[in-house]
Amino acid sequence: MGNFLVWVIWIAAALACISTGVAVISFTNPFYSALALIGNLASLAVLFLLASAEFVAAAQILVYAGAVMVMFLFVIAYLGGRADAPWAGGPRWLQLGAFIVGAALLMEVIVALATKAGGDLSDGEELSRSFGSPAEIGRLFLTDHLLAFEITSIVLLVAAVGGVVLGMKSSAEDNA
Amino acid sequence: MLGPDTTWYVAVAAVLFGIGTTGVILRRSPLIVLLSLEIMLNASNLALVGFSRHFATVDGQVFAISVMAVAAAEVCVGLGLIVAFTRRKMELDVDTLTELRG
Repeated sequence: MGNFLVWVIWIAAALACISTGVAVISFTNPFYSALALIGNLASLAVLFLLASAEFVAAAQILVYAGAVMVMFLFVIAYLGGRADAPWAGGPRWLQLGAFIVGAALLMEVIVALATKAGGDLSDGEELSRSFGSPAEIGRLFLTDHLLAFEITSIVLLVAAVGGVVLGMKSSAEDNA
Repeated sequence: MLGPDTTWYVAVAAVLFGIGTTGVILRRSPLIVLLSLEIMLNASNLALVGFSRHFATVDGQVFAISVMAVAAAEVCVGLGLIVAFTRRKMELDVDTLTELRG
């Protein structure tokens, strides 16, 4: 019974994920796209929870749906009507090509899965109770992945400085 | 292990990555291109978390959190660029932003 319930929630979250993903790239109004992306992130967080990645799910909601999307919505509100670029551009073959590239990437993953990994992915390892807990992730971050942790902090610092520099009023702007 | 196995996770991740790629190539608004990039990054996160569960090692989740931090940095710079475009009265359309073309 528990397994059945997990399946039902998983399928619902996966369908919500894919449909909101399609909605993000098909809305003309960027505001609706950003709202659809929030739905996409929330349903992804459900999938993370079902994969016993509790901390990643919480971080997903806090960092993405909380901070990043608020920044997006703020910029969209700041731009107002100017954010509405034409839906798609370029010659017809380019638009068709976009769908072909998307489908080709999808097929590639499916073929790789079916030929190389198909049978091996069906039964995974048993998980311990502490799997995916914040304590476990924090321990790994400060021991095995300390370098990645430090580099991430530098990346965030550089991005913050870059954001400030890009937002500054420049002399080129005054001449324009 | 409760629920779907790893194949299902990777399949959904692949579909999401395809949707994101299509959006990046198809749409002209830099805002929507950034949103589609977020979908692609999240698809990779889903695959990481799925494989992390499969092999019962938390390293995949640690990497997923690093990806999240990089995505936040990318959004910070990307939105900064979009605001800078707007303040220089440039049109928000990736097809017309060709000033740096040699």
